[in-house]
Amino acid sequence: MTNEEIIIAGFGGQGVLSMGKILAYSGIMQNLEVSWMPSYGPEMRGGTANVTVILSNERISSPILSAYDTAIILNQQSLDKFEPMVKPGGTLIYDDNGISVPPSRKDISVYLVQAAKAASEKNMSKIFNMIVLGGYLKVNPIVSLENVEAGLKKSLPERHHKLIPANIEGLKLGAEIIQKIR
Amino acid sequence: MGELRLMKGNEALAEAAIRAGVDAYYGYPITPQSEVMEYLMAANPIKTTGMVVLQAESEVASINMVYGAAGAGKKAMTSSSSPGVSLMQEGISYIAGAELPCVTVNVVRGGPGLGTIQPSQADYFQTVKGGGHGDYKLITLAPASVQEMADFLKLAFDLAFKYRNPAMILSDGVIGQMMEKVELFDPIPRRTDEEVKEQCPWATTGRKKGTPHRVITSLNLVASVQEAFNQKLQDKYAKIQENEVRCELINCDDAEYIIVAYGSSARTSMKAVDLARAKGIKAGLLRPQTLWPFPEKQIQALCAHAKGFLTVEMSAGQMVEDVRLAVNGKVPVQHYGRMGGMIASPGDILAALENFINSTK
Repeated sequence: MTNEEIIIAGFGGQGVLSMGKILAYSGIMQNLEVSWMPSYGPEMRGGTANVTVILSNERISSPILSAYDTAIILNQQSLDKFEPMVKPGGTLIYDDNGISVPPSRKDISVYLVQAAKAASEKNMSKIFNMIVLGGYLKVNPIVSLENVEAGLKKSLPERHHKLIPANIEGLKLGAEIIQKIR
Repeated sequence: MGELRLMKGNEALAEAAIRAGVDAYYGYPITPQSEVMEYLMAANPIKTTGMVVLQAESEVASINMVYGAAGAGKKAMTSSSSPGVSLMQEGISYIAGAELPCVTVNVVRGGPGLGTIQPSQADYFQTVKGGGHGDYKLITLAPASVQEMADFLKLAFDLAFKYRNPAMILSDGVIGQMMEKVELFDPIPRRTDEEVKEQCPWATTGRKKGTPHRVITSLNLVASVQEAFNQKLQDKYAKIQENEVRCELINCDDAEYIIVAYGSSARTSMKAVDLARAKGIKAGLLRPQTLWPFPEKQIQALCAHAKGFLTVEMSAGQMVEDVRLAVNGKVPVQHYGRMGGMIASPGDILAALENFINSTK
C-alpha cells in the first residue's frame, strides 16, 4: 500500500516545482495516482516556492495537507514552516546550505543531503534538484530509477532528451551523498 | 484507454476544448486561469482542427464574441476568473435570453473587487442565482479534479447544445493550478457547416428563399410575448432540474453527519471524512457536480438518517443556503469556510465537524 504525502520547499529557482513534477510523472509511470499542488500566490513573489506531491495507489482525496510523511527542505524559511508539519515517525530531508538553525525534532527521521555543495564541486548546478531527488529516492524508493527516466522522457520535450543522462547522474550522486543524522 | 498525461487543471480544460471539437475560444488573461489561453495559443489548433483562439481586448469583448459565434451555431467558449467574469455578466444574460449554447469557465479567486489571486468559491451566488439580470439559469458544473476539468468541458457543451442554454464551469484556483493524472478522451472532429445547419436549425447560417428569417435576440417589447417566453424558459429549466442533476456520494449510506462540498473543498473534505471515520465518527460527503441544477432530492433523501449537514466552502457561506432549503429544517445545517483565498485544511474541517456535532447534541 503506497500513500506518500510529500512537501518540497525552498527558494524559487532551485527547481522545487520541477522536482515535484518529475516525481509525479514518475509516479504515473509506476501506475500510481498522483497530485501536484504548487504555491502560486504572493509568497512566490517573496522568493519561496513549495509544492505538495502525493503518490498513492488509491484515489487521492485532498491535494492540500496539514501534515506530511516527508518534507524535503532547501532553505531556512521552509524548515521553520514545515518541520512542525511532519507527521510523527515521518522523514525530513534537508540541504544545510544556508541553514543556520538545523532541524531539532527527535520523533522523526532526519537526513542531510549536501546537494548544493556537491553540485558546485562537480559543476552540476543545473541538476541540483535531481541530486536532492536522488537522495530522497534512496531513503524512500517509492518509484524506480527506470520510471524516473521514463517520466523524464514523457515530461521533457524531445529537444531536451539529451539532458536525461546527466539528470540520472544527479539522481545517483544524491543517493551516494545522503546521510542519516538521526 | 485514452492518453494519460500529467497536467494542470487549466491545461486539461484547454486540451479538452481542442479535443471536443470546439470552434472558437475568446479570452483575456487573468490569474489563476491564464494557462487556458497560454496552452491554446501554444497548441495553435487553427493548424490542426481549425479552432480559432483569440485574445480579445477585454472580457466584455470576449463574451460578445462568444455570443456572435454561438448565434451561428458554433461551439464557442471563454474563460476567466472572478473580476473578469463579473464583466461578462451582461453578455451571459443576453445569451441566456437568446437561448444560445456556449460554455464559460470561471476559475474563481478571492473577492470582492480585484481581491486576491488565491483560490475561492465566493462566486457561487453570482453563478447560480443570477449575476446578470432577469430570470435565467446557467447549467453549472463544478469539477473537483483535473480529470473533471477535461471531462466537464465536453459535458458542458453537450448539455448547452441539448438545451440551447449557456453552461458555466465553476472551478477554483486549486483545481486550475494543480497537476494530476488525466486520461484524455479521443478527439471529436469539429462539426462541418452541413452538420451545423442540420443540428442547429435555429442558427444564423444563411437563409434559403421561402424559409423564415432566423432571428437571434433577447429583445421582446410586448410584455405578454415576453411572459410567454419566460414561461418557456422556466419549463426548460424544470426539465433540466429533473434530468441533469449530478452528484457523488461518499460514505453516505450509514452517515450520521454529512459534509456538503464541491470543487477543491470537496477534496479537502474527502480527507476530513477519512480522518473522522478513523476516529469513529460516522461521516459522509455529498459532492454536487452540478450546482445548478442542485441535488435537492439527494440531500432530502439523506435526511432520513442524517443528524446534520455541514457545508464546507471557501466563502462566507453561499451554497449553505441551498442546502438549508433542501433540508427544510429537518436537521441542523451549518457552514464552515475560509475566505479571501485561504484554504481550510482537512484537519481544520475535521475540527469544524467535531464542533458542529457537539453543538447538535
